[in-house]
Amino acid sequence: MRNRNATAYRFLTPYLLIFAIFWVWPIISSFMISFQATRTVPWRFAPGFNWGRLIGDPAFFNALKNTLLILVIQVPVMISLALVMAVLLNSPLLKARGLYRFAFFAPVVVGEVAYSAVFRLMFNLDFGIINKLLNSIGLPKIDWFSNVTPAMALIMIAVTWRWAGYNAIILLAGMQSIPEDVYEAATLDRVSKLKQFFYITLPLLKPVIVFCLVLSIIGTMQLFTEPFLITERGGPGGGTETLGLLLYRQGFRSLNFGYASAVAYTMAGLAIAITLAQLWLTRGPK
Amino acid sequence: MSSRSSARLGRSIALHLVLTPLALIWLFPLWMMVVFSTMPDNGIFSPGIELLPHGNFIDNFNNLQRDTNFVGAIGISVSVAVTYTFLSVLLTSMAGWALARYQFFGKGAVVAIILGTITLPYAVVLIPQFIMVARDFKLANTWVALIVPPLFNSLGVLFMRQSFSMMPDDLFDAARVEGVKEWRIFLFVALPLARPMLAALAIILFLASWNNYLWPLLINSQPGSMTAPVALGTLIGLTKVSWGGIMAGAVMLTVPMLVVFVLLQRHFIAGIAAGAVK
Repeated sequence: MRNRNATAYRFLTPYLLIFAIFWVWPIISSFMISFQATRTVPWRFAPGFNWGRLIGDPAFFNALKNTLLILVIQVPVMISLALVMAVLLNSPLLKARGLYRFAFFAPVVVGEVAYSAVFRLMFNLDFGIINKLLNSIGLPKIDWFSNVTPAMALIMIAVTWRWAGYNAIILLAGMQSIPEDVYEAATLDRVSKLKQFFYITLPLLKPVIVFCLVLSIIGTMQLFTEPFLITERGGPGGGTETLGLLLYRQGFRSLNFGYASAVAYTMAGLAIAITLAQLWLTRGPK
Repeated sequence: MSSRSSARLGRSIALHLVLTPLALIWLFPLWMMVVFSTMPDNGIFSPGIELLPHGNFIDNFNNLQRDTNFVGAIGISVSVAVTYTFLSVLLTSMAGWALARYQFFGKGAVVAIILGTITLPYAVVLIPQFIMVARDFKLANTWVALIVPPLFNSLGVLFMRQSFSMMPDDLFDAARVEGVKEWRIFLFVALPLARPMLAALAIILFLASWNNYLWPLLINSQPGSMTAPVALGTLIGLTKVSWGGIMAGAVMLTVPMLVVFVLLQRHFIAGIAAGAVK
């Protein structure tokens, strides 16, 4: 490799230009906007205006609570499920591997709008197939859309369905990069498959699991489409309102960009804090 | 049968007994999407359990087209996704090439910044992007607004950097000795060699553009400029709307991607797995 500043930057310029215009400047800009009163034109600098409101806004704390609740339940459940999928799909005993892979990986290509629409129909109170099936095995119908707990559960089910396979793909690739002879040696030493999973697979897979966790946390942190479309704008009565939805309503319904930017920076702060905590907690002994 | 192979058989049966119900549950929403798209509205909203397709898809599609210009929206989505994919693959592989093959001032900083953006929520740039594109550039409801701002992506660049850095040096050095220019080496030596990786990248980028919802929802909100997911999303939640039609639209958005997925599964999976395996 040679030192070639001019050539390198010629290749990098278009990419860096897009980055500067559509990422660097917005990152700075939204920080500054969060310190401005934006409900009247011209905007004016008012450092405590949005942040002060944020601290005392029940709607913000409701959205924060819902987002964190989804985060702490949905992400671990999904990653565990993805791990199970990956382990089972990786088994040499599996027949018709392609079919199973299709089943779990297919949701990865399904758009948010399409699957939100299907989930709305499937979980409909009177005509949804889920309640019909519950009824047919003698269980009562669940009102998925009018009560907060089932509505939250529905959002978590939907997101898990959509993203578990995506994480399973990444985990499976990670597992397949673990050298085969490690397992062969363990098998010769009569180490059970279960022990092999806990003492070989999991430790070697840790960086990949952390990567999945970080991506999932950042994704769930910004959850928007599912509560927007499935539970009808965060219903019932704000019961599934997330930070992403609050940002949308404040920024693009009320056109209050200052307050929405403060919400955005709260999300970023949380995402960074959780990611750092994650990396710190799972750091290697080295 | 020896005890070892019967233990194997037992394990194999247990494996399939766990995996099959899980796979069926996972396929169920997709199957129901297809079933709903072929049922008349009064069939969807009826007390019976229907698990098999009917013959109403064309009627549903006509209802959808009556509710919103879905064909036009599909046209926009396809054009935007194709253009976006081409531009993004070019931009991303150029940047990946520079990071993989040259030593230059500020390289470490560029890589660090790209890595840093992975953990940064998109929400932080959303509002200024919107203000800039809609108010300052006056580009709302145009194709440019749909294509250009999402061009930046971090995982793709890291993937291409990785792909190019694995290629042997002498390949390019031979061309340099002949006096071939760097951009020609990139275009005519490196890119053809990276074809499988480019395919993986292109599929992931196409899919991202095809399914993109939040940004197109915000920036192209005029009926004639909406992408297909946005047009479909406007119908969800309306009271007088054909749900069979919505499902027909969902099928039209999903099934082509499923076909691509089946045909190009290897590239697809490589593209997604690329982020994690270094």
